[in-house]
Amino acid sequence: MTRPLRIDLPLSRDALASLRAGDEVILYGDVFTARDATHARLLAELRSDGHLPYGLAGQTLFYAGPTPPAAGRPAGAVGPTTAKRMDAATPELMRAGIVATIGKGARGRMVRDACIETGGVYFAAVGGAAALLATHVVGIEPVAYPELGTEALVRMRLEGFPAFVALDAHGGDLYAAAPGAWREEAGV
Amino acid sequence: MPTAQRIAEAVRAAIPQAATTLRPDVVEALRRALHTERSERGRTVLRQLIDNARVASTDHVPICQDTGTVWVRIELGEGEDLSGDVQAAVDSAVAAAYRDARLRMSVVRDALVDRTNTHDNTPAFIEVAWRSGTGTAVHVMLKGGGSDNASRIEMLAPDEGTEGIARVVIETVTAKATGACPPLLIGVGVGATFDKVGALAKKALLRPVGDAHPHPEVAEIEQRLLEAVNATGIGPAGLGGDTTALAVHVVTAPCHIAALPVAVNMGCCAVRSATVEISE
Repeated sequence: MTRPLRIDLPLSRDALASLRAGDEVILYGDVFTARDATHARLLAELRSDGHLPYGLAGQTLFYAGPTPPAAGRPAGAVGPTTAKRMDAATPELMRAGIVATIGKGARGRMVRDACIETGGVYFAAVGGAAALLATHVVGIEPVAYPELGTEALVRMRLEGFPAFVALDAHGGDLYAAAPGAWREEAGV
Repeated sequence: MPTAQRIAEAVRAAIPQAATTLRPDVVEALRRALHTERSERGRTVLRQLIDNARVASTDHVPICQDTGTVWVRIELGEGEDLSGDVQAAVDSAVAAAYRDARLRMSVVRDALVDRTNTHDNTPAFIEVAWRSGTGTAVHVMLKGGGSDNASRIEMLAPDEGTEGIARVVIETVTAKATGACPPLLIGVGVGATFDKVGALAKKALLRPVGDAHPHPEVAEIEQRLLEAVNATGIGPAGLGGDTTALAVHVVTAPCHIAALPVAVNMGCCAVRSATVEISE
């Protein structure tokens, strides 16, 4: 088995271009949590100001709403939420400068196309592993929308956070390809 | 006679237990899957899930960041009756448990007109049923949004039978499994009425994985459905493999001569429930 690739965030253009759907990665560096309500706010600010707020250009959005701090860690549990709910907003955010997203589950064609168009990627993390994933979150800093509770925009520092490349910048789509590839390989 | 207060105490005790300790039957099923899963990526995912259960129970942190909506099913035995304001008492217990166990507040005031967070994870969603025997059971499930969103109700014609049910299950899995955190525990309700069939599917998730259905014909249907689901190749986390589901559980009920209601309630790999028995 190939070892997971170490990825430093924010991602460089070279690193983005080198990733392929199916690659196992471990992430180091900063991401920004954003889910349903956060996306509505970000889009509103983007549309009124003409650029991404809070220094988000070039950064990674993590679709997650953590639980409060616990066990001496900044979040007791933090894991990916279903990315598909953010599909409609994603191409616009990627064109404005978001280069990567982290979530779970298959996404629509519009996001695959946006990854090709903007040279971005989508990482899949394992849903249901949030206590383990929280051990790879070493810092949390509020950025905006504290009134949204768990949906607030926060900067999260990752250290060795495990994920897979689900959409790459070349049209590769792990969720679309994996079941068929597995049926073929396993002969089921 | 269980009072609202006794029910609330049971809910209060069940919530942190369910949130931080993965059901032993589910842990065991994940371990069995790690042995049988042939996909290397699938085994990587399963190892994360097994490690996750250990970290959560050792450190008393939630198994999943989506600590859910609180679903409570109260089953009253013969001669048992409820007294007091059960909704108010249970909601107080939910608010206290979510605050003290440091769980996530995931409920908004109104689905349509006021999507602001209630900030205490209330209200709980409560149903009351009656059972044979004595005592009262309080079942508590913390239901994640991703898996509930991947669920479905369909009113089939009676002649669609088992084939129709299989079609609904496979269509639902194929369309929505990757967002529901596989390997899944799939609850299937068959029968009752439009409003009740969803509750049957949810109740099906309470049965321990590995316990056979008491009715041999239903047990065989469950096995066939599980094989069909796992033949999709969707696999752990939806990233390819043998283990798309750990089990399919079916609950059946009487229904109208014209009806074959079917509900699929997805349970995720972190399906969380606990049961408290109250006996006077």
